[in-house]
Amino acid sequence: MRKFREAIIEKAILLNGFACILFVILIFVFLAKDGLTLFRTIAIQDFLFGKIWSPLAEPPQFGILPLFLGSLVVTLGATVISVPLGIACAIFIGEIAPRWMRETLKAGVELLAAIPSIVIGFIGMTLLGPVVKNLFHLPTGLTAVTGSIALAFMAIPTMVSIMEDAITSVPRTYKEGSLALGATHWQTIYRVIIPAASSGIVAAIMLGIGRVIGETMAVMMLTGNASVMPKTILAPVRTMTATIAAEMGETVRGSEHYFSLFAIGLVLFGITFLINFLSDMARHRKIR
Amino acid sequence: MKTDRLFQVAVVASGIFCMGILPVHAKDRMIQIKGSDTIVNVSQAWAEAFMGEHPEASIAVTGGGSGTGIAALINGTTDIANSSRKIKKKELEDAQKAGYYPEEFKVAIDALAVIVNPANPVKELTIDQLSGIFTGKITNWNEVGGKDQKILVLSRERNSGTHMYFLEQVLRKGHEKGPEQFAPSVLMLPSSEAIINETSTSESAIGYDGLGYVTPKVKTIAIAAKHGTPFVLPSKDTATDHTYPVWRFLYMYTGFKPKGEIKAFLDFALSEKGQKIVEEMGFVPLNKE
Repeated sequence: MRKFREAIIEKAILLNGFACILFVILIFVFLAKDGLTLFRTIAIQDFLFGKIWSPLAEPPQFGILPLFLGSLVVTLGATVISVPLGIACAIFIGEIAPRWMRETLKAGVELLAAIPSIVIGFIGMTLLGPVVKNLFHLPTGLTAVTGSIALAFMAIPTMVSIMEDAITSVPRTYKEGSLALGATHWQTIYRVIIPAASSGIVAAIMLGIGRVIGETMAVMMLTGNASVMPKTILAPVRTMTATIAAEMGETVRGSEHYFSLFAIGLVLFGITFLINFLSDMARHRKIR
Repeated sequence: MKTDRLFQVAVVASGIFCMGILPVHAKDRMIQIKGSDTIVNVSQAWAEAFMGEHPEASIAVTGGGSGTGIAALINGTTDIANSSRKIKKKELEDAQKAGYYPEEFKVAIDALAVIVNPANPVKELTIDQLSGIFTGKITNWNEVGGKDQKILVLSRERNSGTHMYFLEQVLRKGHEKGPEQFAPSVLMLPSSEAIINETSTSESAIGYDGLGYVTPKVKTIAIAAKHGTPFVLPSKDTATDHTYPVWRFLYMYTGFKPKGEIKAFLDFALSEKGQKIVEEMGFVPLNKE
């Protein structure tokens, strides 16, 4: 009886494992089916390198270069802000903070991840936007940099949590050895612990970037969504995710516009897949 | 023993879960309404008032956009599609292919107000000037009688029926397939509130919004249809007698000729009581004629 039950449980778990992969494959097939339909009528280079996104014009133009660059600018901005903050935070929690503070801080940072993105977007729109506008004397506070700052806050919990794990899992003997050789605590941190945890730190950064590039709601509320080629970080940009979210509701199903949104989804899927793949590579790299 | 209990709980829980995801056909009287976010609040108010009078009726209203609503109608997942634009030819063909014969009902009038910051001295604009501003031909306020200041142009996102309407009636001046486009530098904001918020904080901003959303924090612009015709401020009266040039109908579509509960609901929406709700929600009731 017990054996039978265990067999069932085992099979059920196996099935669940396969189901996850199956779902990913099904989603990909679905995306590809509708996304690739676009290229029957639109040349792929016009789609990827076209400089004008104007889906409702006659004739429509589906160039995603401004959207791609928009996503890139916002993501890079968020990375530049969140990586130093994240590393500093992770080192403090993992190495410097006393034990009682460590637990509180870690819980606090992880709580940051629980804030829904629409709330971040709302706070950004009412508080951050005016600050950016007045600080740089801009006509509007809805710019790439506003989105970057808000997204940095959403990426930090993911980064800190994984980085901190990587830092605390550096063997104690490394640290003891370094201190015994006469290195100070700070020297130990940046000459021994960070290099030893580097694969985990890189993986954390990659996952943080993955989180940022896929974020939709907050960017849509904060970046102004003007589909211009971004020239400066202080101007409005339009990201790929915001474009899909903003335009899907009113498209005529089965039209070129509809398929073009799926094609953008395909591009995004490819980017996220690549980032996850790189982060996985980094994580499994052997520490020398 | 403990795992035993856990196992039973798991089985029961997964059973309940499976039942939950089965399609629910329990209530045949459930009327589904889906579509345009412009009409979603009015529809909800109608639904609540209607259910108050007919306790046995049950109506579910969801938004998502006009395109979503019409797609749902074609897929048979909604009874009524809300739309802030007329159904497109392609959608009509798709519906007929799927075996539906959509019936159209005009349910309310929406006047679109063009708004600027209260500090802006500009009071009136012609449709030609508006078209120039939104297509990017006019970029400075001094070209239309204002200060020497770059214009910050705000629009609703492409998913909103309001965007489509403004594009066709103002930018393209009524030629639905005209060549005019929103300039790439136009900011596309995701909601009516975002437009109001941005206009009230940026001195150089211009935007448009449904009359029902306009607050005293922004200034409405008087509009003339052509050069030489009088400038008219948007209001309930000027929209009703169509002297204000930027107004549109709001629609509901059904898959078939409505009958039973659905017919009763549509009759209610078009009744005097229903149209009173339209007015309370900031839209303009239909003409009596």
